[in-house]
Amino acid sequence: MKIFRKWRTYIGFIAIGLLVPLLHLAMFLEGQNSIDFATRGLRESFVLVGNLLNGYWISYIILNALTIHIPFLIALVAADLLAGEATAGTYRMLVIRPVSRMQIVISKFLAGTIYTALLVNWLAFMSLVVGLIIFGGGELIVANSKAIIIFDQSDVLWRFFLAYGFAILSMTVVSSLSILFSSLVENAIGPIVSTMAVIIIFIILSAFDVEILRDIRPFLFTNYMLDWREFFNDPLDLSEIAKSVSFLLGHILIFFTATAIIFRKKDILS
Amino acid sequence: MNPSENIIEITSLSKRFKEVLAVDELSFTVKRGDVFGFLGPNGAGKSTTIRMILSLISQTSGSIKIFNKSLTEHRAEILTNVGAIVEKPDFYQYLPAIKNLEILAKISGKEVSKKRIFELLELVGLKDRTKSKVKTFSHGMKQRLGIAQALLHDPELIVLDEPTTGLDPQGMKEIRDLIIHLSKDENKTIFLSSHILSEIELVANRMIIINRGKKIVEGEVGQLLNSSAVKVTVEVENIDQANRILENTNWYKQIEVIKGDKITINIENKNISALNKYLVDNGVKVTALIPIRSLEDYFLSITAGAN
Repeated sequence: MKIFRKWRTYIGFIAIGLLVPLLHLAMFLEGQNSIDFATRGLRESFVLVGNLLNGYWISYIILNALTIHIPFLIALVAADLLAGEATAGTYRMLVIRPVSRMQIVISKFLAGTIYTALLVNWLAFMSLVVGLIIFGGGELIVANSKAIIIFDQSDVLWRFFLAYGFAILSMTVVSSLSILFSSLVENAIGPIVSTMAVIIIFIILSAFDVEILRDIRPFLFTNYMLDWREFFNDPLDLSEIAKSVSFLLGHILIFFTATAIIFRKKDILS
Repeated sequence: MNPSENIIEITSLSKRFKEVLAVDELSFTVKRGDVFGFLGPNGAGKSTTIRMILSLISQTSGSIKIFNKSLTEHRAEILTNVGAIVEKPDFYQYLPAIKNLEILAKISGKEVSKKRIFELLELVGLKDRTKSKVKTFSHGMKQRLGIAQALLHDPELIVLDEPTTGLDPQGMKEIRDLIIHLSKDENKTIFLSSHILSEIELVANRMIIINRGKKIVEGEVGQLLNSSAVKVTVEVENIDQANRILENTNWYKQIEVIKGDKITINIENKNISALNKYLVDNGVKVTALIPIRSLEDYFLSITAGAN
């Protein structure tokens, strides 16, 4: 795969490799205060024992905190997949070969998906595995809008496994959107900025609690990107998860189809 | 193999970019074994035509047949037998030369062995730089690597768009020799686009000149050259005597320059023998008659006429 020969590809891995240990350090120094603050209400009524500041909790916090950063790192590479060929002039070398344009689009989407999966796995390794090594295991305490749930450590790992799987799916939507924008232009900067603009605008639209926006919210893919949290519910709301998964898959399909149509008709002038 | 077989058959091909009609009802044929020169000034529509032939861009109207098959319907099958350089050769800069060729070989539609890749790198003089990243290559080296990638899958038709651009005279000669070798020894059909007219004159047997997207003329290179007005340099023993003899003729007005024992005269091709006879009959000792048949002159007169 050509993308692994490019320096740009490793920026995301380096960024996570630097950022997550910094968060670990911050948690190591200040984490106890943070968890005391989070559980202050509970402590008034219950006696909490065990290691709550553990690798699972750190990983959960990090996954929450990186919802904007990871899409940016994904867009950085995915936006270059087609536009980069135009910038380098290598489109010509590819398109004059007996491979269909559809095959080119499929290979780019596969490359984007593989990169996304590897980056999210790297995040999982750095936050969860390294977190467990530094902070050890323990119960995971999770607060959502309905309840505060404490998971036994034997009940946590599979949830993280599925949550990271879901994160790969939602980040693949970002990568697909970047590739779609990438098929329109001959420079990767535009698609990176456009992808981030769409994500930020959608997140803002999702945040405003106004009647008209409430109606369009179900159609914004960003609304489903954080539904990995559903795996930290008890019991699991399987219908909600299925709805989010199908919505995200639908978006990937739409972005892929649009890219294929655009690229098939595109005049290669670079 | 049938030498009269059409390899490329272009019929009423047009391409419009918004308001600009880049190629206008262009028709021509390239036959098997041709080194076909595709000439035109900058902006004439050469690259646009080549991009349509290679399916990089779609045509607005008209048809392209290659190997007697419609490009639209048999694109993959046709491109398996076509090698090309389109404008400047661009590669993955961060990859070594050999890796670039390996990637392109994998999608060439034919089995390409490592041995073949090494042979081609040797043929284009890059044997010692196989593992160097392309970003360290000069323009000439990239151009040679471009030739190698075009030949990877041993195609029947080779399309070369300005292959000598940016090369030094030695590099230009090497490419010319390679084109002649591919045509004569390997029976390839070569479609050669250039604005360097002498390049076409030296290697092509047939050619077309286009301007503003339209065909100006198409035919055998030799025939097109012979049909034009030429210059002739007459070398004589006694220049003053020759000058005196010519003074009373219409040719005198056509003298372009007199230098040493040589007179250069603008003359119709058919009148060269008459000039020679007239000088000899009047006692002038003619030691040489050197016709200057420049495609450049022809090209300029044709395109100027069209403008």
